[in-house]
Amino acid sequence: MISMACNIAGVAFKNPIIMASGTFGFGREYAEFYSPELLGGIVGKGLTLHPKAGNMGSRIHETASGMLNSVGLENPGVAAFLKDELDDMTRWNTAVIANVGGSNLEEYVQAAAMITENAQKRRTMNRRGVDMLELNISCPNVKQGGMQFGIQTEVARDVVRQVRNVTALPLVVKLSPNAENITQMAVMCEEEGADGVSLINTFSAMKIDIRRRRSVFANTYAGLSGPAIKPIALRMVHQVAQAVSIPVIGMGGISSVEDIIEFIMAGAAAIQVGTYNFVHLHAGSELVYGLEQWMQREKVQSLDEIRGIL
Amino acid sequence: MANVISNVALVPGIYVMKIEGNFRGRMGQFYMLRSGRNYPLLPRPISIYDIGEDYISFLYRVVGEGTSLFSQLQPGQEIQLEGPFGNGFPQVEGSLALVGGGMGTAPLLLAAKHYPHAHVYLGFVQQAFGVEAFEAVAASVQVKVGGSIIEQVDPAHYVNMFSCGPTPMLQALAMKTEGTSSRLYISTERHMACGIGACLGCTMRTREGNRRVCKEGPVFPVEEVEFDDLHGV
Ligand SMILES: Cc1cc2nc3c(=O)[nH]c(=O)nc-3n(C[C@H](O)[C@H](O)[C@H](O)COP(=O)(O)OP(=O)(O)OC[C@H]3O[C@@H](n4cnc5c(N)ncnc54)[C@H](O)[C@@H]3O)c2cc1C
Ligand SMILES: Cc1cc2nc3c(=O)[nH]c(=O)nc-3n(C[C@H](O)[C@H](O)[C@H](O)COP(=O)(O)O)c2cc1C
Ligand code: FES
Repeated sequence: MISMACNIAGVAFKNPIIMASGTFGFGREYAEFYSPELLGGIVGKGLTLHPKAGNMGSRIHETASGMLNSVGLENPGVAAFLKDELDDMTRWNTAVIANVGGSNLEEYVQAAAMITENAQKRRTMNRRGVDMLELNISCPNVKQGGMQFGIQTEVARDVVRQVRNVTALPLVVKLSPNAENITQMAVMCEEEGADGVSLINTFSAMKIDIRRRRSVFANTYAGLSGPAIKPIALRMVHQVAQAVSIPVIGMGGISSVEDIIEFIMAGAAAIQVGTYNFVHLHAGSELVYGLEQWMQREKVQSLDEIRGIL
Repeated sequence: MANVISNVALVPGIYVMKIEGNFRGRMGQFYMLRSGRNYPLLPRPISIYDIGEDYISFLYRVVGEGTSLFSQLQPGQEIQLEGPFGNGFPQVEGSLALVGGGMGTAPLLLAAKHYPHAHVYLGFVQQAFGVEAFEAVAASVQVKVGGSIIEQVDPAHYVNMFSCGPTPMLQALAMKTEGTSSRLYISTERHMACGIGACLGCTMRTREGNRRVCKEGPVFPVEEVEFDDLHGV
């Protein structure tokens, strides 16, 4: 019997395929096309304590084998998420991960505390809540905060420590490829009691409209994702997986079953799929079925057989 | 995946592609189209031009790489398409004007078929295209090449107006409509990635707050539209 199941920080995933934050909404839109229950898990759109309108002007631009986005964390805020989205998200039998961002330390801590409290309250009422927190210290698209925390290890340490103090939920920290030293950053997360790390967020990048002689984006820079970043993401996942003993969730340009296998071989416990959701509406279901077929064909009973073999 | 039946240039750079199959869709809705497996990465939003029992067609202008690949498709070749997406034009009653500029004429043909009593106004910068299709179904069709078609439209004559075209044209029509009782609905454009409301890449600022052009739009009542934001695209 083939098993795709994996366990990260006590949370059971029926398979290692998780939809990345900001690319799957809160699941509802895609649920019209295939059942989110097929998936290992869903990471919701990045949340901030207060609602955020996001960036003005152009928000996406396609590049060679990738895309730039400057969404700027548009989201309804934690309270509205807990009230309006969570019931829907937990209705599907798949792991639910809340992705939390912030523009200062206090916001991170308050947002994490609110989600944790809500999860505990729901549990006492025998209702499912958020299964896991993904702390986003790496968004390149918000002026204050976001990425500033994700670049310097000692700045990030404070955020991770204080959030750890207020949450009993499994805590995964999402790292930025723009970090000065991503391995050091991951080691710090482990030291501060994070249950895992996920990487990578988008690369800070740029596009100039030469006709108008200005950046395409109001914020000048935007975040690069998609197949263009995959080789770098893979290298980073490999380095980090060797440096820490907590689980590593890998992502960056994953667009095929072969890509997933590469990340697992590099040491990833599970993977996330982002931009590929836009390329193929049915990306999630295609990859889940494809991975199962690959395991059958290659006679791999469990992904443990190939995980971290490099 | 579906088969291309035909893909012909009406005038240089502007094509109608007919695709085989039984597709759904209403006036003003769009599909996300891709040709080629890996490149370009993202599908492109294109309005439904015409739809029948065993075909769907799209009127498109070759703008960049994506649409250039579309134009190379030969009959019998395959194309990927997902849809229909978006809200489309609303069901309305009473007199109706359809006002299109350039490629903005594309989403109006289905509306013209749906409302044969509508008066159609089509404006083009250099060369008209696709006019016969409207003449075949509409009560009246006025065409202007060069200058502004808006000069010929009197909003006071219409209970409702649907419009799609370049932003300055839409804004001129909006200004002319102000103070009349005519209800104007315009179809807007934004770069898109997911097309279904998940990525927030197509968000537009409106008087009612942020709206996703792919999901709550692309058609909006003109009162909601912030033209400043549309100009930014
Ligand atoms: C709801 C909707 C319906 C549309 N219907 C039609 C249609 O029926 N026929 C048609 O010809 N076009 C339509 N468009 C526009 C069409 O999607 C773009 O022309 C197309 O994406 C360009 O792709 P490309 O790869 O050829 O160009 P690219 O190489 O992507 O871009 C070339 C240039 O076009 C601009 N551009 C790209 N996409 C858009 C966009 N979505 N809106 C505005 N500018 C853009 C870019 O900024 C760039 O300057 C529609 C757009 C939307 C949002
Ligand atoms: C449109 C868009 C929005 C995103 N929003 C978020 C977000 O809110 N929070 C976050 O942590 N990452 C966000 N990301 C980053 C992705 O979750 C992912 O880390 C990144 O895109 C790399 O994976 P990919 O190449 O598979 O897309 C976003 C990415 C895209 C393309
Ligand atoms: S294109 Fe993704 S939300 Fe509209």
